Amino acid sequence: MTVTAVTPTARAAWTKGATKLLRRPTARLGAGIVAIFLLLTVLAPLLAPYSPFDQDFAAALQPPSAAHPFGTDQYGRDVLSRVMYGTRIALLSILVADGFGLVVGTLLGLIAGFYGKWVDSTVMRIVDVLLAFPYLLLALIIVAALGPGLLNSMIAIGVVYTPQYARLIRGQVLSVKTTEFVLAAQAIGANRARIMLRHILPNSFTPVLVMGTLSAGTVVVETAGLSFLGMGSQPPSPDWGAVLAEGQGYFLTAWWIATFPGLAIFAVVIGFNLLGDALRDHFDPRRRKE
Amino acid sequence: MIQYVIRRLIQLIFVLIGVSLVIFLTMHVLPGDVATMLLGDRATNLQLENLRRQLGLDQPIYIQYLRFAIGAIQGDFGLSLRSNRPAFDDVWTAFPVTIQLSLAALAFAIAVGVPLGVVAALRPLSRFDNIVMTVTLFGVSMPIFWYGLMMILVFGAFLDWLPIGGLMPIGVEPPRVTGMSVVDSIIAGDWNLVITSLRHLVLPACTLGTIPVAIITRITRSEMLSMRSHDHVRTARAKGLPEWRVVLKHVLRNALIPVVTVIGLQLGLLLSGAVLTETIFSLPGLGRLMINAILARDYPVVQAAALFTAFLFVVVNLFVDLSYAWLDPRIRYR
Repeated sequence: MTVTAVTPTARAAWTKGATKLLRRPTARLGAGIVAIFLLLTVLAPLLAPYSPFDQDFAAALQPPSAAHPFGTDQYGRDVLSRVMYGTRIALLSILVADGFGLVVGTLLGLIAGFYGKWVDSTVMRIVDVLLAFPYLLLALIIVAALGPGLLNSMIAIGVVYTPQYARLIRGQVLSVKTTEFVLAAQAIGANRARIMLRHILPNSFTPVLVMGTLSAGTVVVETAGLSFLGMGSQPPSPDWGAVLAEGQGYFLTAWWIATFPGLAIFAVVIGFNLLGDALRDHFDPRRRKE
Repeated sequence: MIQYVIRRLIQLIFVLIGVSLVIFLTMHVLPGDVATMLLGDRATNLQLENLRRQLGLDQPIYIQYLRFAIGAIQGDFGLSLRSNRPAFDDVWTAFPVTIQLSLAALAFAIAVGVPLGVVAALRPLSRFDNIVMTVTLFGVSMPIFWYGLMMILVFGAFLDWLPIGGLMPIGVEPPRVTGMSVVDSIIAGDWNLVITSLRHLVLPACTLGTIPVAIITRITRSEMLSMRSHDHVRTARAKGLPEWRVVLKHVLRNALIPVVTVIGLQLGLLLSGAVLTETIFSLPGLGRLMINAILARDYPVVQAAALFTAFLFVVVNLFVDLSYAWLDPRIRYR
């Protein structure tokens, strides 16, 4: 049995890598936004001044004030609390949709790249067909089939991302599988699953990590977009897209209902984009030189 | 070049078969029975069976697909469950709205994106360049459905400069020729109508065009920067050409080849991505039609709209590839 432990050297290397990564101010800004976003998902119940569902018709459609910093909606619900709780749905969408695309796409790309021949041809032709769809259209078709709902919209977006991950990892696998350490593992008789999972996958994974971070932001926008269209979360969910859609009807008289969830989406996307860009520059030797 | 075109057309056929299969199969794993959906819960078994036979749902799945594919080639997707008109007629009526919006958004994106990218690349890392790069980062991160609402709020409600939705004011409509409000207004020769239709197009086109502006600016800038260090540019400078001539004739001209490709790809994305913009601005385009059809479970229209949009996307991308191969001979000999 192998015992893996984080040695002091590994920890030092990680700290050094993280310090180097966060040297640029844009990377720090991105990491800061993502950290606040993640903290809010955990601390929402402690920090939110009200429940996101509690209605108070006497306080309906109030503009931002000390009692309600982001104002209230048509049912008197506190918009700040709804935006705070919305971080949880946004995180869930990243975990489910981006996670689905990442896991399924990585497995497909790994198998296609490793086995080659007809397996590769079959998987990549399916990938080509899925990539031939505009992403939003494919997501809508899948939601049309599964029925509107948060989980279905997340699965739909996960399916949309799957071919992109599959293509990316396949390219990596094709180059890594001819390296000497893989040939050596084959020579000592390691089985295929071990070669794939212990040798090829860890050495092909960096670009996937970068793509996963960059996609996290777009996944949040797309899930919110589907909810905005009525295809994702349904009221009274504090999903940012659903809150925006509800606020749309009152937009000209109560601008705050739709404005703040939109700003939250915007901030999260910028955070992940900045962090993803920094990761890409960090791991790509050509860009590092620049 | 002809060989390349033929090869790509053969590939196109296979991609379209794949696309139609995905749409057909996705619609067939639907939870629930189409016959029950059409006739309601109170229908008798006999009625349900008759309808299934009538719709061909009792046939094996590959026969159903062949019928679907042959119908699709002829533009026959069955009748809309809502309007009872041929589903493709609904799609064909909505299409001009989407194409007008997409072309206007693309025109806006090119008109703003290319000059911005060029000027930013003239002095890289200058204050102007930094501002442009920051603003474009914001542009690509923008949730379009929120940005559209902001545009309505600022330019429609606060400043009251532009109308906030629809193709034309209620009750005002040029005689329908193409279905594109601006073109039809021009054909009608009524300049008041032309101005009205253009005013209605400004906010949706700017909203839809914002992400492409950011992408086109960034790609123009980076292509200009990489082209600057090429030998032919150094030669042009060495022989004493004025700077504007070096930039326009030698740098920009060559940098524009990949930019043209990106612009073409954007058109494909705009055609399909217009759904959010159409929803915000209440435009009766393809995307809006599809959303309404999904919500009403009007599957013939969903299938027709999806296949038509995917077909447009694939064909536009094919033209982009062909234009790129035409501009850059290395591609077609690969």
